[in-house]
Order: sequence, then C-alpha cells, then structure tokens
Amino acid sequence: MTAEQINKTEKMTGARIFLECLRKEGVDKIFGYPGGSILHIYDELYKCDFIKHYLVRHEQAAVHAAEGYARITGKPGVVLVTSGPGACNAITGIANAYYDSYPLVVFTGQVDSRLIGNDAFQESDIVGITRTCCKHNYLVKNVSDLPRVIKESFHIARTGKPGPVVVSLPKDVLTSVREFKYPDKIDLPGYNPTYEGHPIQCRRALKALCDAKRPVIISGGGVIHSDAWQEIRELARKLNIPVATTLMGIGTFPQGEDLSLGMLGMHGTYWANHAVSNCDVLFAVGTRFNDRITGCLKRFCKDAKVIHVDIDPCSISKNVPVDTPIVGDAKKVLNLMLNEYNTGKYSYDMDERRAWISQVNEWKHNKAMKAVKDGIMSPQDVIEAIYNKTKDKDAIIATEVGQHQMWTAQLYKFSKPRQLVTSGGLGTMGFGFPAAIGAQIAAPDKLVFNIAGDGSIQMNIQELMTCVDYKIPVKIAVINNGYLGMVRQWQEKMFNKHYSQTPITSPDYVKLAEAYGILGIRVTKEEEINSALDKAIAYNGPVIIDFVVEPFEMVYPWVLAGKPLDEVLLSNETGLGE
Amino acid sequence: MRHTISVLVKNEPGILSCVCDLFSTRGYNIESLSVAATIDPSFSRITIVTVGDEFVIEQICKQLNRLINTIKVVELPKSAEKCIEKELIFCKVTAKDNARNEILRIAEIFDAKIIDVSTETYTLEFCGDSRQVATILALLKPLGVKELVRSGVVAITRENQFINLNK
Repeated sequence: MTAEQINKTEKMTGARIFLECLRKEGVDKIFGYPGGSILHIYDELYKCDFIKHYLVRHEQAAVHAAEGYARITGKPGVVLVTSGPGACNAITGIANAYYDSYPLVVFTGQVDSRLIGNDAFQESDIVGITRTCCKHNYLVKNVSDLPRVIKESFHIARTGKPGPVVVSLPKDVLTSVREFKYPDKIDLPGYNPTYEGHPIQCRRALKALCDAKRPVIISGGGVIHSDAWQEIRELARKLNIPVATTLMGIGTFPQGEDLSLGMLGMHGTYWANHAVSNCDVLFAVGTRFNDRITGCLKRFCKDAKVIHVDIDPCSISKNVPVDTPIVGDAKKVLNLMLNEYNTGKYSYDMDERRAWISQVNEWKHNKAMKAVKDGIMSPQDVIEAIYNKTKDKDAIIATEVGQHQMWTAQLYKFSKPRQLVTSGGLGTMGFGFPAAIGAQIAAPDKLVFNIAGDGSIQMNIQELMTCVDYKIPVKIAVINNGYLGMVRQWQEKMFNKHYSQTPITSPDYVKLAEAYGILGIRVTKEEEINSALDKAIAYNGPVIIDFVVEPFEMVYPWVLAGKPLDEVLLSNETGLGE
Repeated sequence: MRHTISVLVKNEPGILSCVCDLFSTRGYNIESLSVAATIDPSFSRITIVTVGDEFVIEQICKQLNRLINTIKVVELPKSAEKCIEKELIFCKVTAKDNARNEILRIAEIFDAKIIDVSTETYTLEFCGDSRQVATILALLKPLGVKELVRSGVVAITRENQFINLNK
C-alpha cells in the first residue's frame, strides 16, 4: 500500500497507524528487537515494504546503533523495543544520546493500559525510569493520540538542543482501530527553542573578540548539531583566533592547521590548555563546560572575559560564569557575527594577534611523551598507523571509551565534522561497536573503523552477528593491553598501583572471528601493523584485528581530576607501571 | 534566600513528577509546593517555595523552563507591594481547662476560625503570609499542637501583572 492509496478516512489498527506515522516522518530504517507487547507492530512490519528493520542482539546496541546513524545523518535514529526488559536494556543508550545531544525516537512496548501499575508480566514504568535521561517522554493512552505524539516526538528530538524522546506504547493502543490522520501542525506552547541570537549581544561579542589581546575559541558539539563548522572556521581565520575543540567538537576545526589547538581538557594538548588558561577573551560555542574540559573550575579562565553561545539557556552560567551570554543556534549567531564583521566596521591589532599566536606556537613544543621504546608496539603506534592508512579515504572512526578513545582523539587528525563517533558525556563503554554499525548503515560506501579497547569491545561483542547478518563491513581494531587501561592508569597514579579488578582477559579474537565467519587477524609486532590494516581494509566484510600492545602505556597529556588546566603532565616520570 | 516560583504547566499526568524529579536530580530543595488546575482545566499552576542563592534560582527557573510541558516560569517579586503570598493552615490544638480560653483569644487576635471542636481539642483554620503563620504557630505550640496541615504557599502578583497563557 502506498501513501497515496491510503484513504484519509480509512480505519486501521494502532500498529498500522504507527508505521504510517513513521512513513510520514520519512523513516526508512529502524533498529530493534521484538517481544510480547510490541508484537502487533512486528506483525505489521512483516507486511511493510518501506521500512528496513535491523535486528540487533541486545536492546542497548539497538539504541547505540540508532545514535551512530543519527550522528552521521543528522536525522533522528529510530528504535523499537518491547516492554519491561527490552525497555530497561535500552536505558543506557537513551542516556548516552541525551548527554551527547543526539536525536533519537525510542518506541517501547508496554503492557495493556488496563494492566499498567499492576506489576504485570514484563511491565516497567519506562516513562518514570527515563524521565531524567531523555529530552521528553510519552505514555500513549489512546490510539487517537498516537499520530500527534509521534509527530511531536520527532519534532522535539531534532529541534532546539537535540535529544532522545521515549514513547511508551501499550498493547491495547496498538490493537485499537481508528481513522488515520497525521496532524499538519504542532501545538507545543511550552516548547519554543531560541534560534536567533540577540543582535546586540552578537555585536558585543564580536567587539570583544576584536579588542582582545589573547582570544581563544572553544568549539563544542553544538557546532556539529547546528552544522556551523564552516562559519566557525571562517570566523577564526578572519579574526586570527586559535581554536580548541572539545571531544564532541572534534572535526569542527581541522587538526594540523596553524590556528588549531586540538582538543582541550583532561587529556587535551598542553597548548590548548595553556592557551585557554592564559586567554583574555574566551569565545565558547556549543559546549556546556563539562568538568573534563574545565579542570578546577575556580581557576578556569579566571582572568578572561567569557562569551558563551548555546541553544540551551541552562548551559549558560551553569558551570562557568559568563560575561556575554548568547542564547541561540550557533550557525545563526556566527553568521550574524560574520556579516557584522564584513561591514568593515571592526578591526583588530594584527601585531598583537601575531604575538599571541607565536606564544601559542611556543607552547606547541611541549608534546606528550610515550613511555615505551621504539620497536615495541605501543597503542599510539597502532592508532597513528590507522590514521595514515585511512586519512585519504574519508573514513568514519568510532571509538569505545577509555585510553584508546583519548589516543584516537589526540592522534587521529580529524578534519571534518561527523567523522568521529564517540561517547562523550556519559562515557559508555560498549558504545562504539554498535554505533559503528549504525554509522555504516547510514554511510554504506564509507570505510568505518571501530577503535576499541579489550574491555569495551567485550561489552557489546554479541553484535558481531548483526554485522554478519546484514553484511556490515565494520573494521574493529582492538587495542588489547590486557587491562581496563584508563582505570588502571588512575590506579597507578592515585591508588598506589593497586590494580583492583582492572586486569581483564579476552577470548582468542581470531578464533572468535572464525566462529562468526568473519576475518580475524592478530598483530603482535610493530612491523605487522600496516600489512594487517591493508588486509582489513581490502577485505569485503567485518574484520577484527587484535593488536596485542604494550600494556603499561599511559595517556598523556594528563590534567589530574580537579587540578587547574595549566597543570599538565606530559609523561610518566616514574617510567612504566611495573 | 527564600524564593517563590510560579510555574504554569500543561495539566497532564506526570508533569508534577517531572518538576519534582528536576528538583531531586539537581539537588535543589522544595520548601513548599502547591498545585491545582487554572481557570482553563487543561493547565495547572504550581507554586514552589525554594531556598537558594541567585545563581541556584536562575538555574532552577531555566531548568523548569526547559521541560517541554511548562508554559511559563516566573520568579515572583519578594516585595509585598508587588506580590501577595498566603498559606492556609489547619491546626488541631490540645484544648483543656484554661487553654480553651487562651486558644480562643489567640484565634481572635489573628482572625483565625475554629472549624472543629471536641472536649479535648480545638481545630483552627488560619490563612496568612509566612510571617503570620510562623507567629501563630509559635503561640500555639506551647499549648500542644496535635496535628498541623499546611496548604503550602500560593502567590499572585498585584494589579495589572498576569501569569497566564497570553504571552
């Protein structure tokens, strides 16, 4: 049945209405897992020719995959899971998308509405449970509300500060019969995100940046959400201002360019952290000043005037007091500032700017040092090799969470937004692999790598079968050091080398790959890295490469938790951990 | 510092939970809370009394505003010239011998009503601002308060200032 064939007054079940609503929203891919209370939708899906459903092996992975899809396409990822355990398994994924502000619409089954609250089989109060980890949620009580709720959900998920919306669908709503009509308008009087920045504030910000002696820009994840990376590059280049990015903002400014400071924060570069600590005007766009980028808050930018652009008024002056707040969409605000600058009424002192940039360049000599000698395969060697092999291929790089994630952020020279897929705010181990699957589905022709730790990969390794089923050729590079490396690193520095529960074992990844019918490669020597990567990239299908690396390498630069940003450690003065 | 915040919300199930969850997850205090439908029953008005510095109150208002189903969030002025705040209390006091007369005297002074009597107790109804409520309770307490029920503060701005749907 095509959209045109559906008579407006035709009656259909809630389950059918659900799919018609998705069609209206242009959804053609969903990630999910069936179960008792959602069966009526799965029965409709069986007959449906306009939606492709990806069956995962765990609901958490469905949500991460949908987020990976959203990260690449910018469109909301859609998830379908059952009630009770299905919905509860999805929570980590929902929270992850909420913290990193990516749009999702997560549909969860629910028991018959007459049974809600009676502790029925597979009942959970998913609306109550997710209230503090999603942007908004709904329990649909009547089939006549279903089209409105779905329309509002997609609208809320993708507008303003994007985020996940959860919709709980009781079984009887899916079986009730109603005429289908998709609403044309949205009526949400309490939801009006501010897009236009205040022009006077924008001019004030521009003036402050021109008058500044030592300005710095921080470009955050919001620059990706609002697609404002070209504008931020233009502004930085026109005004000659160095740019640091947050983890979520990586790719908004090309690493390696003269004005690029790389990432700031706990494992940011020495020069980014020093530039931010010594600036006199800080222009922060689309970041919420997470503790991982500010270090000790009292000492963060203590002498600087802070200009903060964010679409979420709550982010402004939440952690860092702001002198010039601008609530609005980054792209619109930056365009307003650029237009204003192009009038020619503004100018800055080029000599002062040169002096500041040369100071920044001076700091750039303070590079982090590796602990291992040349010739021993370090995790950094592997990640640099992946960069060199993929830099001309416009690859997408997903990571898990931990040491390998920080090394990837530091060593892979990202030049484009939506190129790095990583869990920032929530820091979810097990995110990267399913997110890489979603990213590959969104961009089937691109090369997708998942750089993983041996701890993280085991959190969602069951999704290998999903890759096999749908021929998703994700390349997994396991940086296998036999430890939960980041935690071990903290134990080494702060817990007297008590490696409590951080040594972790792995299966034989090559045999595991064989069991799944995919390619597995083990690399134990530095000189084997490149040939293994060549083989993996050339292979038409999923690959696991097990890089057995030096276990005690640590991530530097490192600003210890709670320390000010300019107290950067560059190496482990005490040598390797054992 | 004590602040009174007025919140206009969609009258939908779960909205009160959303507001309360916001306070608990972000570690803010609720000193009193009152909620009921407005003249248009599809909307409710919540009055929250909370404690915090300017910075905390600003965050509370922003966070409340961020909820999809909140229509309007207003921090009410503290000055009595701009805003009226009142609270209703029911107070059941031990009333024996001489205390019976004393309670009647207190009721008369404060213009409180006796809404229920028994051989052992008087139940007073009193409506006033928070200072008056504190004073009458301080006087009744030594006589033996058996039960106290407070409505929580409700507040409204004076004259031509409205908090309603029209923007």
